[in-house]
Amino acid sequence: MNEDKGKIKKMMIILSKASLENVYAAFVLANGARMEGIESELFFTFFGLEAINKKKMDSLHIATVGNPAMHMPTMIGGLPGMEALATTMMKKEMEKVDMPEIPEFLDILYASGVKMWACKLAFDMFHYKEEDLYEGVDDIITVGDFYKRSEGEGVHMLFI
Amino acid sequence: MEKTIAGKTIAVNEEGYLTDFSQWDESVGKELATEANIDLTPRHWEVLKYLQKEQQNQIALSIRRVGKSGVVDIKEFYSLFPNAPLKTSTKIAGIPKPASCI
Repeated sequence: MNEDKGKIKKMMIILSKASLENVYAAFVLANGARMEGIESELFFTFFGLEAINKKKMDSLHIATVGNPAMHMPTMIGGLPGMEALATTMMKKEMEKVDMPEIPEFLDILYASGVKMWACKLAFDMFHYKEEDLYEGVDDIITVGDFYKRSEGEGVHMLFI
Repeated sequence: MEKTIAGKTIAVNEEGYLTDFSQWDESVGKELATEANIDLTPRHWEVLKYLQKEQQNQIALSIRRVGKSGVVDIKEFYSLFPNAPLKTSTKIAGIPKPASCI
């Protein structure tokens, strides 16, 4: 029993948001798993689909409203241009710590063997077309298909 | 800690990484590769030499940087050193484990 001592064998990460900080959290965790020899899959649902939308992935922003860690009053965070400004500043810092922009990060994930799935329900709801999606996406699947892929020991699921 | 690798007494840390690169030679690399179930080919050696050069120049290693090196792309890097490529290859190369999240 429990010969693997609880070792993580596979990370199943669900990304449901498209703010830059959430997308990066999902990507860093997925990539970090592969770097440790752990299998890794990403399920893009709801707004998370924007991270694999070729037309949108370049213009994702840091959330300045409703994000207490921004340490700015909500009304200031809501001023025009604030999200773009915060994003530009954040991207500069990210480049310093070797954090790639989203399209390059997707290429790294794909080359590293991370499986990527688009959620069928969200895909249909937002009227996506297959050509909207990043080429490395494996398929458009249902939540049931995703659960099916999560069977087995040492599989962890994370919702972002 | 010390460990006998290829008939030599080598200083390693608790994870098995060499702590003194001057103790590394190709026979040490070969034995560390065998421990990691890797059969070293000329392609492996090219990558290992590149990693050692980067380390010598004190460049922080990451998957992203290796992918941009022009020496090996990320897909091939994973196929040469399956499972955890950066951890495995740096151990074989006798250099410290990179402290990188990317």
